Amino acid sequence: MNQNELYQQVILSHNKSPKNFGKPATFTHWAEGFNPLCGDHYFIYLTIEDDVIKNVFFEGEGCAISKASASLMTESLKNKTISDVESIIKKFHDYMTLSQGNLKDLGKISVLSGVKDYPARIKCATISWHTMKQAIETPVSE
Amino acid sequence: MDKNILAKIREDFPILGTEVNGYSLVYLDNAATTLKPKYVIDRLSKHYLYETSNIHRGVHFLSQQATTYFEEVRDKVKSYLHGDSTWETIFTKGTTGAINFVAQSFGSIFNSGDEVIISQMEHHSNIVPWQMLRDRKNIVLKVAQMDERGILDLEHLESLITEKTKLVSITYLSNALGTINPVDKIVKIAHSKNIPVLIDAAQAIAHITIDVKKLDIDFIAFSAHKMFGPTGVGVLYAKKQLLEKMPPIEGGGDMIASVRFDKTIYNTIPYCFEAGTPDIAGVIALGVAIDYINSIGLKNIEEYEHKLLQYATQKLSEIKNLRVVGTSPNKSSVISFVLDGIHPHDVGSLLDSKGIAVRTGHHCAQPVMEFFKIPATTRASISFYNTKEDIDRLADGILYVQSIFE
Repeated sequence: MNQNELYQQVILSHNKSPKNFGKPATFTHWAEGFNPLCGDHYFIYLTIEDDVIKNVFFEGEGCAISKASASLMTESLKNKTISDVESIIKKFHDYMTLSQGNLKDLGKISVLSGVKDYPARIKCATISWHTMKQAIETPVSE
Repeated sequence: MDKNILAKIREDFPILGTEVNGYSLVYLDNAATTLKPKYVIDRLSKHYLYETSNIHRGVHFLSQQATTYFEEVRDKVKSYLHGDSTWETIFTKGTTGAINFVAQSFGSIFNSGDEVIISQMEHHSNIVPWQMLRDRKNIVLKVAQMDERGILDLEHLESLITEKTKLVSITYLSNALGTINPVDKIVKIAHSKNIPVLIDAAQAIAHITIDVKKLDIDFIAFSAHKMFGPTGVGVLYAKKQLLEKMPPIEGGGDMIASVRFDKTIYNTIPYCFEAGTPDIAGVIALGVAIDYINSIGLKNIEEYEHKLLQYATQKLSEIKNLRVVGTSPNKSSVISFVLDGIHPHDVGSLLDSKGIAVRTGHHCAQPVMEFFKIPATTRASISFYNTKEDIDRLADGILYVQSIFE
């Protein structure tokens, strides 16, 4: 595969201008994800109401693959129920780490499909997804 | 080195003919591990094909032959480091193994409150063993600072020394920055207070002529695989006078003179520090790697690499939005850099797509990254088989990376 397929235009533009980037004034759940090996470092902030993700933001620093993946994820998970989100996370994770299934029915997220062929970069794509899973389970303490 | 010699040298490294992603390989990851000349690989193969045998105490031909070849390498190490009978060669698994051995063995005679001084530019292998010793024996670990060019602050180092300081352990050549440290001055400072010095020569060993006698180094550690030898073998070259105070860390075969259930008598130095069957073929092949370097001449290598590093520094400094990390005037073999707005991992992947192997990340020197407030760098590290064309390919590759992210 040509490396240009890894750095597709959609990925480059999400890296340049990430969606839902920053720390919101209020949120109900959050988590921090850090990969000390490469320095990728992200925070996910969620507002969960009635088991629905009403709002999702992320902030942090990392490579283009990690940032684009986080940006695409926030776009696709907004206004979805927790159970839907959990099954999408599982689908993404299984595809990336176990080569099971595909990302075709996940909309724009499918631009990340090519990452799977670069074992050294899979963690870049999955860090924000792991952090998302953790955020759902971590309400803000009073 | 003239073009013909260089071309001939490159033929000694069959891997240089490899194609990566449709391009001929440009290998600029020598600081991680150097490539292996065919003579080293042939020697490993010859041992296993025709000479396999365990060393020491064997009365049969093959065992005696293997023992001779193995033991000869101690002398090759001695000559390579310009040592004499004041020092002894101990074979380890690598630089990390050698430093851990000193931390565990020499460290075992330290008392609570005793101090070890390292520097801010150390590889994790010269940090973590001392932290483990700190946790075990309650010693104090002190860190000598560097400046924003990556130059060690000798005055600060000196100011850290107290009556409790038991060892100064510093890298000769920073793998993350390329800084050559003034080992002569470091040793003088330490020895004026009777403190021994350990030099981590993992990065220096293939690039700088080291004279342990002139520098009066007490312990020096290096790995075979960073000097064109096999992985899994390293050396601690140390003053016998210090080794005599140090207990063995690993017990087992080969390190004993006699074993009874009530009392075991240890073998002599260096054997008492080499328990178990070592990497015999690896040690013998290290000898060939040393011969190979000597055949080219370390002085010639130093001169050529110096010019190549200057060329690379010049070439890279012409690229916009590129910052070299580590700008000491006294550098060797390593050029670390960051590109504005582009993460090193993306740089590494895109250079790889053009057949260029560099390393990206913290280079096992996270405190260095923290000091420069960057998550990682891209590091190109050279060896004598690299060419100006390799550097041109790197520079073009960087421009390509920047064009993708425009």
